[in-house]
Amino acid sequence: MNFELTEERQMLQDTLRRYLREKYTTAVRNDILTSDAGLSADIWSELAELGVLGALFTEEMGGFGGAGFDLAVVFEELGRAGVVEPVLDSALMGGRLLASAGKSDMVEEVIAGSLHLAVAHGEPGGRYDMDHVHTKADGGVLIGRKAVVMNAEAADHLIVSARDGDAIALYLVAKDAKGLDIQGYPLLAGGRAGEVTLDKTPCEPLNLSLTDLQAATSLALVAISAEALGAMESATHLTKDYLMTRTQFGRPIGTFQTLAHRMADLLIELEQARSAVINAAGYLEASDADLHLSATKNLIGRIGRLVAEESIQMHGGIAMTQEYELAHIAKRIVMADHRFGDTDYHLERFIALSAA
Amino acid sequence: MDMSFTDDELAFQNEVREFLRDELPSEMADKVAKGIELGKDDMERWHAILNARGWLAPNWPKSFGGAEWNAVQRHIFDTEAAAANAPRIVPFGLSMLGPVLQKFGSKEQQDHWLPRILDGSDWWCQGYSEPGAGSDLASLKTRAVRDGDHYVVNGQKTWTTLGQHANMIFCLVRTDPDAKQQEGISFLLIDMNTPGVEVRPIILLDGSDEVNEVWFTDVRVPVENLVGDENEGWTYAKYLLTHERANIAGVGFSQAGLAAVKRMARAENHNGRPLIENPHFAARVAQVDIDLRAMATSNLRIISKAAAGGAPGLEASMLKVKGSIIRQEINDLARRVAGPYAMPFASEALEGANDTIPDPLGAGPVAAQYFNNRKLSIFGGSNEIQRGIIAKVTMSGGRA
Repeated sequence: MNFELTEERQMLQDTLRRYLREKYTTAVRNDILTSDAGLSADIWSELAELGVLGALFTEEMGGFGGAGFDLAVVFEELGRAGVVEPVLDSALMGGRLLASAGKSDMVEEVIAGSLHLAVAHGEPGGRYDMDHVHTKADGGVLIGRKAVVMNAEAADHLIVSARDGDAIALYLVAKDAKGLDIQGYPLLAGGRAGEVTLDKTPCEPLNLSLTDLQAATSLALVAISAEALGAMESATHLTKDYLMTRTQFGRPIGTFQTLAHRMADLLIELEQARSAVINAAGYLEASDADLHLSATKNLIGRIGRLVAEESIQMHGGIAMTQEYELAHIAKRIVMADHRFGDTDYHLERFIALSAA
Repeated sequence: MDMSFTDDELAFQNEVREFLRDELPSEMADKVAKGIELGKDDMERWHAILNARGWLAPNWPKSFGGAEWNAVQRHIFDTEAAAANAPRIVPFGLSMLGPVLQKFGSKEQQDHWLPRILDGSDWWCQGYSEPGAGSDLASLKTRAVRDGDHYVVNGQKTWTTLGQHANMIFCLVRTDPDAKQQEGISFLLIDMNTPGVEVRPIILLDGSDEVNEVWFTDVRVPVENLVGDENEGWTYAKYLLTHERANIAGVGFSQAGLAAVKRMARAENHNGRPLIENPHFAARVAQVDIDLRAMATSNLRIISKAAAGGAPGLEASMLKVKGSIIRQEINDLARRVAGPYAMPFASEALEGANDTIPDPLGAGPVAAQYFNNRKLSIFGGSNEIQRGIIAKVTMSGGRA
């Protein structure tokens, strides 16, 4: 039994943490948040140069990582710094789907940071249900509508789910394809998404099924959970510091027992979250991976809300302001619950899988 | 024990309903229902409509142009107004300063300022909190030094709600730096157009700009703008806070919010069924509903006591804590209902794109409201401060 990171992963963590601490400051990020693009092309290239994108792929795919713990290390650091660039959607989900489809040239470009992707799966009214797909594939074109597609505007290609008859399959659509319309908008926790309409849009079949999409979603569940964990670490760190420096009634507010105990509770729950992410990463390839992933996502949803709300409350008004780091971090934590199934969705999936 | 309204109260309720049906502009109610920020024009228009009916100042005596409603009437109005999605009354002049001037102001101050609050000539804001004086308000440092017929004010206030619309601010300032903390404070009325006053917006985490910093640099304030006696401001400030606590539980807002959650959850599907039928989600809704029903009765108990002349102190603290928790819980339910559509975000800070924000449930910016309403347990004396008061009063016989 050994819970230490391997030497390679430790180096990756150190490098990424140092880079983000120096480059991805609150001020830099707030500029990115209010920019038209909603992401920084420079940061994206530098993440590629640092090998962060390559760490999301196995050696056979042209990367140098790709396992659950590689994803956990990368996304925990991205979460700690509140990074809004679409590493999860564009590089991890999009890239790994193309790797499964044997598109090694495109994967190489993803790793180099020169190709952006978007996964267009959810549809209006579909909530978190994986098989709610009404988009139709018919004779080489797609017809339908996709909801809240992350990174849709920046993507060079979209990976779109559609039904050919009864079966759900995945198709590749180029950004300049005929009949493709994207209505983009900003997101509360940073980044951009869009409503995508496909009107007889030409596409290329990827020979991937819903099962392949579910496998990519499993990777995404590890990633989003680790990202939320990193953000929770930041939130508790900021709160601890604030409690020891903010003085009211002549003493640091952290010396009031009511706040001290609540801080202690956050630290206890944070360890639970850390272990839950280790479970998700460690059991990613196990036969009962889905059970572990749902357990983790449910726990992260519950503890994430607690950490975000308590961190804001113990700070007071300052945490409500956009220019204070915690505001953005808290939004990242809570909004993570709205991706790939929320707390209740994964509670139900856990119950169903436990009973099976 | 009789939990029903009297015939007079029921007649009043009908009168309020008719008024709201006839007079509340539908486009305004629509904005409120969707949690869209109201502009200054909207708020002034609603005030004018209420003022025309004589209902703008429900708690003021008739002699000052108020409606002089008792606590039950005020409760009926607040509840009906919230259910109809009427805008909130901007409280700074009407609920806060007005009662202070009526009790402690000079005849000249009453004659000058009170009518101007009612007819909208002045928009007041509140200068209490400072960067170093939040929960510990008495540690405030903004300084006022007497110089002939003026006070010269230097310092900084913060969390000044809607200060960007205001032309007047009532401030707590330190006039005696050597006295014990609470004893050297005065209550001053300051014209915001005086040279040396600067308002800087604070952008909140939901992108809104409702609060501000207000800076004072050598601001000269005529001595006739001192309310009551010098160095007695803390007494007036505490009196003001008891009025700030009217409708503190926000029962009407919670009821309207919960109704909206249920409406959205009937429209949203989960696994082919309405989300409202999902056992886990239904349990979440039921839990809040159950808590809210009890709190509504707690609120009525306290209102009924106040109408009979009792002074709510401890109970107001209890309602503040429970009321904020329930409202925040409802905001949490609303963001859950919206699912992935909770993520899109409209903001003044982000140009363009706002027109394309998808909102299939007609829910408005539910996630932004969830974050904005974290303030409910922070402002007006944080929930930790309220719990401290409750504990102090019940366990060591202190005063609220």
